[in-house]
Amino acid sequence: MKIRRLKAIAVKEILQIWRDPRSLMIALLMPFTQMFLLGYGVTLDLKHIPVCTFDREASQNSQALLKHFEASSYFAIVRNVRTYPALTAAIDRADCKIAIVIPPDFSERLNDSGSSSVQAILDATDDNTANIAFGYALAVVSGYAAEVALDALSRQGHQFQQIQPMTVQSRVWFNEDLESRNFIIPGVVAVIMALIGAQLTSLTISREWERGTMELLISTPVKPSEVMIGKLGPYLVLGWIDAAFCLMLAALWFEVPFRGTILTLFVTTTLFLIVVLGIGYLLSVLIRSQIGASQIALLLTMLPTTLLSGYVFPIDQMPMAIQDITYLVYSRYYVTIIKAIFLKGADIPALAAPILFLLVYATAVMVLAARAFRKSLD
Amino acid sequence: MTSPAPPDQAGNSDQVIADDLIKRFGAFVAVDHVSFRIARGEVMGFLGPNGAGKSTIIRILCGLLRASGGRASVAGIDVSRDPEGVRQRIGYMSQKFSLYRDLTVEENLRFFGGIYGVPRAELGARMRFAIDMAGLGGRERALVATLAGGWQQRLALGCAVLHRPPILFLDEPTSGVEPASRRRFWDLIHSLASDGVTVLVSTHYMDEAEYCHRAALINHGRLIAIGSPAQLKQTALGGELLLVECDAPGATLAALQDAPGVRDCSVFGDALHVLVGDAGKSLAELPEFLAAKGLRPRRMARIAPSLEDVFVQLIAADAASRREAA
Repeated sequence: MKIRRLKAIAVKEILQIWRDPRSLMIALLMPFTQMFLLGYGVTLDLKHIPVCTFDREASQNSQALLKHFEASSYFAIVRNVRTYPALTAAIDRADCKIAIVIPPDFSERLNDSGSSSVQAILDATDDNTANIAFGYALAVVSGYAAEVALDALSRQGHQFQQIQPMTVQSRVWFNEDLESRNFIIPGVVAVIMALIGAQLTSLTISREWERGTMELLISTPVKPSEVMIGKLGPYLVLGWIDAAFCLMLAALWFEVPFRGTILTLFVTTTLFLIVVLGIGYLLSVLIRSQIGASQIALLLTMLPTTLLSGYVFPIDQMPMAIQDITYLVYSRYYVTIIKAIFLKGADIPALAAPILFLLVYATAVMVLAARAFRKSLD
Repeated sequence: MTSPAPPDQAGNSDQVIADDLIKRFGAFVAVDHVSFRIARGEVMGFLGPNGAGKSTIIRILCGLLRASGGRASVAGIDVSRDPEGVRQRIGYMSQKFSLYRDLTVEENLRFFGGIYGVPRAELGARMRFAIDMAGLGGRERALVATLAGGWQQRLALGCAVLHRPPILFLDEPTSGVEPASRRRFWDLIHSLASDGVTVLVSTHYMDEAEYCHRAALINHGRLIAIGSPAQLKQTALGGELLLVECDAPGATLAALQDAPGVRDCSVFGDALHVLVGDAGKSLAELPEFLAAKGLRPRRMARIAPSLEDVFVQLIAADAASRREAA
């Protein structure tokens, strides 16, 4: 391997990236848009769940309960209806995800028996949202119930403060929103880098074939490994920039606590970038058209990374056969690593296993790509 | 690693040797038992119609395609055994323009200088040489995409000779280039050859064969004639050529097909070219023969055949022999 040739390839690649706005746009703009799209799409969706109310009693009690819904940041009351058909229509039109119906005897039963109930109607076409909305609704109603109970007790002259903490503590469970964002955002960084990394390099060899420059390049004494490293170098720098964007957005904008060290983050991120850039490069070597290589790269990285990396769907809840498959998904190792660095402050020794897997992956991809590059037109 | 070229084998100054080369793509035979040699400093022309196999032979010699049979040696190195050794010693211009259009003139030269490992101390001078040779002074910072075809081709030649290769393979370098630029391109080739560079150049412009020391005619993957332009004109035609100018070329052509001593007859512009065994004899006999049929040509004269005559004749003969074989 000659440094001179590596440098020639790298300089040429940098000039080409610089003069190709498409590559540069993909490289620099995509992480931003994706980070916001995925970041908000995955995490903040479950604030302000649209709710429709049907207060059949219209008493002080019923309004007090609904005030609790109004005050909760999880819900946004979008409509107050007066009939069941209007309520059904609101759900049908997807104006709301949940409807709260307060029965006409709400206060009466509360006063008589000390216990009453409200009806929650959920649009379960999206069962995940429905589940979470139901959980939040339970929390809101329970909060109000505790208030009513305390109120009743104090009116009877009791001062049992300890009843409140018991219920309120258990409801903290549902204030999970902030936790889930912390858990998901680092994974989003991994997904974005997996997608963009493979996209970047998937064009680099196929472009040379399509433009006819490859025939001349392979007539020179340049070695496959020189082409590979010379081309991957500039993209690694782009990858670092992208990773820095994403990680800073995660830490500063989405306010995910960062408890690890920059060094650990840098080492593991570089290793992951080498894997994803290498996969894109390998595809580019194997598929000689730009469109083909970039489509396959998207397909090959998108589905496994979003579904099987564990960034939002926990791997240990998957069927065993699928869990075995996830060992092949390189993103899963980085998802594990980056979550551990952000949330646990893990260092390199603690991450030895996933780092080792990534190393094996990186080596395999590099060797395959160098072998697959044939200096031949046959 | 730049090691000096191994000394030629005793008494062998041939820089390029093709020995019974065969290339098949599936059932299609693109190169059919082709053998030739090119001496140091020689300009060898490959002529033939598009798809005749010229590019395929050149690509085999550059190590870009693997021969299905036969042996190729370039600069004394067996191409199939050490293609990298060959690549260090050749310059190549592919048929399709293959410099980086989104790079400038200077950036392309610098890139190939780096790839070929031209010593840094020399690179400036070599780039200057290439820019001057291509006539691109003042355009060093222009993107290659903005250059006209002739300039692009001269730059490609500049990139191919940057590392002073002893052997150049130029695949249709003048294709799509305007005539004045073509002439200039051939001057460049000759100045390189006079410095001892061995050049194999393909073209489908028949007139360009005149610029070569030797030319090989390739048709349907086979080498059907090889020699200097003068040799080809003398021997390959298998006869002597008469020019017949007349008012009724159609009738005259038909009549001459059966005339004694006439081997072939073809229309060339508004006149006829007639291939005969003995020009003197035919010049004496033919006017009488035509007069008997009521035809009076304005002028008949013996002419020196052009290479185009030779190639038209050879390709027609080749086609006839292929039909017989089939």
